[in-house]
Amino acid sequence: MVAEPLIRVADVEKVYKTGDVEVRALRGVSLDVRPGEFVAIMGSSGSGKSTLMNLLGCLDRPTSGSYRLAGREVARMNKNELAEVRSEILGFVFQSFNLLARTSALENVELPLVYRGVGGAERRRRARLALERVGLGARLDHTPAQLSGGQQQRVAIARALVGDPKVILADEPTGNLDSQTSIDVMALFQELGRAGITIVLVTHEPDIAECASRVVVVKDGLIVTDREQVPRPARSAPAAGAEVHP
Amino acid sequence: MNPLVTVVVAFRAVLRNKMRSFLTTLGIIIGVAAVIAMMAIGAGAKAQVEQAFSAMGTNLLIVMPGSTTAGGSFGGFGSMPTLTWDDLAAIRAEVPAVKAAAPQLRANQSIVSDELNWTTSITGTSPDYFEIRSWPVAVGAPFTQADVDAGSKVVVLGQTVVERLFGPSANPVGQTVRIGQSPFGVVGVLEKKGQSPSGQDYDDAAFIPMTTFAQRIQGGLGKFLTGTIFVQATGSDTTQRAMTDVQALLRDRHHIPPGGEDDFSIRNLSEVASAQQQGTETMTTLLASVAAVSLLVGGIGIMNIMLVSVTERTREIGLRMAIGAKPRSILLQFLVEALVLSLTGGLIGVALGVGTASWLAGKFRWPMQIQVDVIGISVVFSALVGVVFGIYPARKASQLDPIDALRYE
Repeated sequence: MVAEPLIRVADVEKVYKTGDVEVRALRGVSLDVRPGEFVAIMGSSGSGKSTLMNLLGCLDRPTSGSYRLAGREVARMNKNELAEVRSEILGFVFQSFNLLARTSALENVELPLVYRGVGGAERRRRARLALERVGLGARLDHTPAQLSGGQQQRVAIARALVGDPKVILADEPTGNLDSQTSIDVMALFQELGRAGITIVLVTHEPDIAECASRVVVVKDGLIVTDREQVPRPARSAPAAGAEVHP
Repeated sequence: MNPLVTVVVAFRAVLRNKMRSFLTTLGIIIGVAAVIAMMAIGAGAKAQVEQAFSAMGTNLLIVMPGSTTAGGSFGGFGSMPTLTWDDLAAIRAEVPAVKAAAPQLRANQSIVSDELNWTTSITGTSPDYFEIRSWPVAVGAPFTQADVDAGSKVVVLGQTVVERLFGPSANPVGQTVRIGQSPFGVVGVLEKKGQSPSGQDYDDAAFIPMTTFAQRIQGGLGKFLTGTIFVQATGSDTTQRAMTDVQALLRDRHHIPPGGEDDFSIRNLSEVASAQQQGTETMTTLLASVAAVSLLVGGIGIMNIMLVSVTERTREIGLRMAIGAKPRSILLQFLVEALVLSLTGGLIGVALGVGTASWLAGKFRWPMQIQVDVIGISVVFSALVGVVFGIYPARKASQLDPIDALRYE
């Protein structure tokens, strides 16, 4: 039995209209991602990789073409249905972390569960587990201002993990981090990948892309390269609960 | 998102900018406080007028003699006696809408007890008078028709007079006082009645039979009744008819041709009362609407700050949407936040309004009535202000595009 890929993008086009000018950000993109893959999407700015990421993240809808995510056609869903898909299937990690200021790590991680209607005690239990998984079990009550950049991104990853997503989408997750911290974060992603979580990551740094098991290069709205590779180990992953940079 | 969490999140957002939230709600606070204070004082004033007029008597008409005209100069009402004792008898006997009628003859005279003296208004009247003015006797009994017929020297005293002549809480029934040269037996003391609408002390008065008054004070019982006639109608619905009937009767008895001017005048006290009440009500409505405008301005303040808040938190909104918040959840979150602002303002306003009204009432001795329905309406209204002025910013937040919102700097 051949299982359907987790992500199946077929002939997707995206056209933006700015006044009279039409910008064809994606010009017929097809991409399948199987469960457990760690895909790095690369491309220069203006290549269409961000547009592709927004479509994969169900934040935007394609102008034409089909996008099946976990067996559901999402290309024609309305805002509410998309919000449900994001809540149930996806987890997001952003370049600038996007944590709520003056809110503890635990509460930040709880947030996706709040919108799923999970009860308070269960929310806290799962958020604590997610934070322990990214090695921040000792910093539950810290606010973002009390955490380093690497730790903040770990909180954001815990937030993406807490809802047991099928796919984690990371948009330049190391863009705001120094190289050592970047390596730690990538090691964490690799560990999650080994645990079976599908990861799609956008980057423009080749050495970050080397950590993935597959590299997709986007140029002028088309996929120009799509190759599998043996991932380069970022580093041996930190043990749960241990602090790399105290 | 469950409602409790939404409310908690809203409270936190409001408390995050304490000063700003306070200044925003100030408009609502002042508006609600002003409405409540105004209405409390307005209602108090109205109740005072009502009470004062009901103290004068219910369904009451006052018939006053007309004016003299001497060389083109009008002497004013009561300057010439035109009412006769027979007029009084005719009003009692011939107008069906009249329940009772009593004369009121007045003179200021000094009353002397064993030790003290006091100058007060002496009124000559008939026993109906106490009933017409719904003014029962507290101690003893009123004088009777027999006293009137015989011209007995008996007196019924008001509370103030008793205090002045015999000291507080004394019982003067059975004692003798002197009015002018004549000794009068005190037969009764009236209940305390308080002040008239114009601030006059009703209790500073003494009442004697009208015949005695005419003989001892006016120096003889003539044809004319030198005072006014108090007429009580059978009910509030018949007061107007009693007035026209009495007028027709007196015009007929005084042989006034059609088109001629009345030589008497009739005042309908319930009309005076309702006119005065209307004045109070107009004033209250005016002040309350000014206060309501302030509520509106407060609402605009809330809308303004909510718009600022939505702009400030654009990235937060984008993030919440990305991790699964539906537009409806975002809408609700900001709406509840506006509601928390306005409702908190409303409740503080209620406390402040009640406080202000009590303080004013205490300081200036104004009557005051806190009205629970006004408090309820104010709170509901401030909540409504929050919803009405919060819906636009909340809609704006919920319709943000998550991609743009996440990228917003």
